[in-house]
Amino acid sequence: MSTVPAAEALRGTQRLRDWIGDRLLLVLTLLAALASIALMALIAWRVFRGASLSWSTFGLGFLTGTTWDTNAGVFGAGTLLYGTAVTSLMALVIAGPLAIAIALFLSELAPRWIREVIGPLVEMLAAVPSVVLGLWGILVLGPFAANHIEPWLNNWFGWIPLFSGDPSSSGVFVAGLILAIMVVPIVASICRELFLAVPSELEDGALALGATRWEMVRGIVLSSSKPGIAAALILGLGRALGEAIAVTQVIGSATAINVSLFAPGDTLASRIAAQFQGAVTKLQISSLFYLAAILLVIGLLTNLIAQLIVRRYEVQRAAG
Amino acid sequence: MATAEQALNLRGGGRSRRRRWANRLAEVVATLAALTAVAVLAIVVLSIAKRGLSEISWSFLTEPLPLFGQPGGGIAPLIVGSAILVAIATLIALPLGVLAALFLSEFASRRVAAPIQLVFDLMSGLPSVILGVFVFGLLVYGHTQSGIAGGFALSIVMLPLIARSTQETLRLVPDSQRDGALALGASRWRVVLGVVLPSALGGILTGTVLAIARAAGETAPLLFTTSIYLNSVQSDPRNALPNMPVQIFIWSESSDPEDHKRAWATALVLLAFVLLTSLLARAALHRSRRKLGQ
Amino acid sequence: MNETVTMPPMRPVDVAEREGPKAPVGETVFDIQGLTVRYGSNAAVKDVDVEIYKNLITAVIGPSGCGKSTFIRCLNRMNDTIPGFNLDGRLLYHGVDLYGDGVEPIEVRRRIGMVFQKPNPFPKTIYDNVAWAPRVLGMKKGLDERVERALTSAALWDDVKDRLKKSALSLSGGQQQRLCIARAIAIEPEVLLLDEPASALDPIATQKIEELMQQLKRDYTIVIVTHNMQQAARVADRTAFFSLQVEGSERYGILVEYDDTEKLFTAPSDRRTEDYVTGRFG
Repeated sequence: MSTVPAAEALRGTQRLRDWIGDRLLLVLTLLAALASIALMALIAWRVFRGASLSWSTFGLGFLTGTTWDTNAGVFGAGTLLYGTAVTSLMALVIAGPLAIAIALFLSELAPRWIREVIGPLVEMLAAVPSVVLGLWGILVLGPFAANHIEPWLNNWFGWIPLFSGDPSSSGVFVAGLILAIMVVPIVASICRELFLAVPSELEDGALALGATRWEMVRGIVLSSSKPGIAAALILGLGRALGEAIAVTQVIGSATAINVSLFAPGDTLASRIAAQFQGAVTKLQISSLFYLAAILLVIGLLTNLIAQLIVRRYEVQRAAG
Repeated sequence: MATAEQALNLRGGGRSRRRRWANRLAEVVATLAALTAVAVLAIVVLSIAKRGLSEISWSFLTEPLPLFGQPGGGIAPLIVGSAILVAIATLIALPLGVLAALFLSEFASRRVAAPIQLVFDLMSGLPSVILGVFVFGLLVYGHTQSGIAGGFALSIVMLPLIARSTQETLRLVPDSQRDGALALGASRWRVVLGVVLPSALGGILTGTVLAIARAAGETAPLLFTTSIYLNSVQSDPRNALPNMPVQIFIWSESSDPEDHKRAWATALVLLAFVLLTSLLARAALHRSRRKLGQ
Repeated sequence: MNETVTMPPMRPVDVAEREGPKAPVGETVFDIQGLTVRYGSNAAVKDVDVEIYKNLITAVIGPSGCGKSTFIRCLNRMNDTIPGFNLDGRLLYHGVDLYGDGVEPIEVRRRIGMVFQKPNPFPKTIYDNVAWAPRVLGMKKGLDERVERALTSAALWDDVKDRLKKSALSLSGGQQQRLCIARAIAIEPEVLLLDEPASALDPIATQKIEELMQQLKRDYTIVIVTHNMQQAARVADRTAFFSLQVEGSERYGILVEYDDTEKLFTAPSDRRTEDYVTGRFG
């Protein structure tokens, strides 16, 4: 009838509008994705460019130099690499087993209603802003460690060089504790998902053979989750390596390598946070950029390694 | 084969007892670990609440910062500053993140999506101090600090979080909805904007709220881009804006106990905001997942 | 007895052709008295009285939902893992109440093994699948021989003897199920509980399992749950028929009849059994 030709015309303009709309949406979303990639590249480029002066001055020797003297214009990341390694390792040693135990509690042991209460509480620990945790570290944990934990350790284990030295409310030890608090929820939540993913038929099969619950967990749940646990630990490590604020609040900002955990020290990230605002000379600023570049490389590497492990793990699981 | 005598002893001998003790021990250790985590959270929150609550009052929240060295005053400039910074960050990160996620979920093939996905994963793992250094080098060096720079730095924190959560939400929208709409003759862009996006709105909102909670607590990105002490409320983002995290940081390193008191109170305000919004967002996420039958 | 039958009764052809004499009823392994199982406030089975005899294959048949799996899982205390589970009545194993004080479930399960409906091999090597439980239970000596014996008894040794270190998940479904049987046998149980062991397998694999059961019953007491009547007729010496009872809003399983397989299928005493085995319902 008379509406048919009008419908034909309408379909014509509709098709044009659709075509434009489709193209436009594609372009917009593609631009957004490209912009994100460009941003990442820009970050890397800007950081490396900022480090160029320090790089041309010190080269790779920067990584081993143990002097950080603003006046003399000599900078080196050696003590900071040491401090980063020690604090992160300490955090991992404390947080790793703790987080795995918590994940086992939440996935294997606790009845549903306890799981739904304690699970979110552990995750809330991750939501605490690092500056708030650092404030608590300076004013509460630090003094407590200095007055109770460190003297106790010194008393009983002072023969181990790690625990020799004078107790102090700031230093590598307190920083390690704070980092452990930050790492636990990350590792625990990843591990919890891993353990929950183990099929209950496998668990039933193990129990039906007369194993205790713990034997089943050890032989079936933990042993089949090893790659995932490794990835979780590496991601937790990445968190510890990159933490600047809370660490700089409690670590004492010293440029020194000290065997004792109670002594002050510094990490890559916390040195940046501590000195960036007050940096005066171009070389100092560039050296801080150099630190950021090292941190960037380390951060990317840990992330990539964790991803690789996860990917191979999933391939393994899919292939059987 | 088990003999009749063995069958009668179902209590188990020495070895069995040892195994059961090991089992008990493992249960105790796991429970203690969980209790330790809860205890630490409780101690931290209660410490802050105890020390900060006494300072909090309506005037504290609404008055300008005290003049240097003077007692009293409030943190209104910090609250306003933080709010503006987070708003700028959301304004940048939300559209960018949602659009990028749309690209990954609706248009990109697996081969194209993989590197983009990788970039977002790497970006979310970047230490935030690097973001501060980056934005400093880009926008602040040679110029001045500004709220825009700080907001931009925060947006980089939020971007991968929003992109990832949006992607997950879009993945939950069943293909049958898309196919159904396409079969009715709707064009691609109508399907995405009219069918897919609306069902994903709840998840996108939740993801954004979680990202806001995270960004609100970040200090390092702001430390080099917008760290300033101003008495009165500042709202022009072209200048540096005082904000809660940086000010807590500065006060925490001071030796003045008055500063410590203010730090505790501000920390309480910040913590309360972050924890409450995180909890609400997660509860909403839980409910929406249950509705979708996940 | 069969005057009212309008359809010829299903005569399991192989019952008469089964090898060997009809197995005599020997020693009682399980003496179950008044077994009632509840999950929370819902009853799953009520008032089951049955005796399971040594070295026989006892089949448990019935329509779905009548509590067959619940029943069999009581025999090795696997229902303990399900929240809300509680049990009334007595379940005597060689005269000892399995649910009595001081009885440890891990001891029960060492003697009463179970194979599940879907093969569930561990994500380990074939060798480790069989060797894991003996190691855990402390049977460390002569592990290699123990593994070989178990795999041989499960008719799997020849298939896998050259690839013991390969992943168990590389086996076919039927092989995986035989691996699960080997795994259960390796710790020297007295009883094997099989919960629909062939329902996830193809007919050839099913046949292999059924042949295996005939050999295994020489050394083990076997209880098998199956929804396949013909399978029960083929392999079982005695058969227990469960059915659903509806009482108001309650639905639970009850034991209707328990007898020699041949008698139960050809001349059942209860009308309900007759209806089921002749295919009138279920």
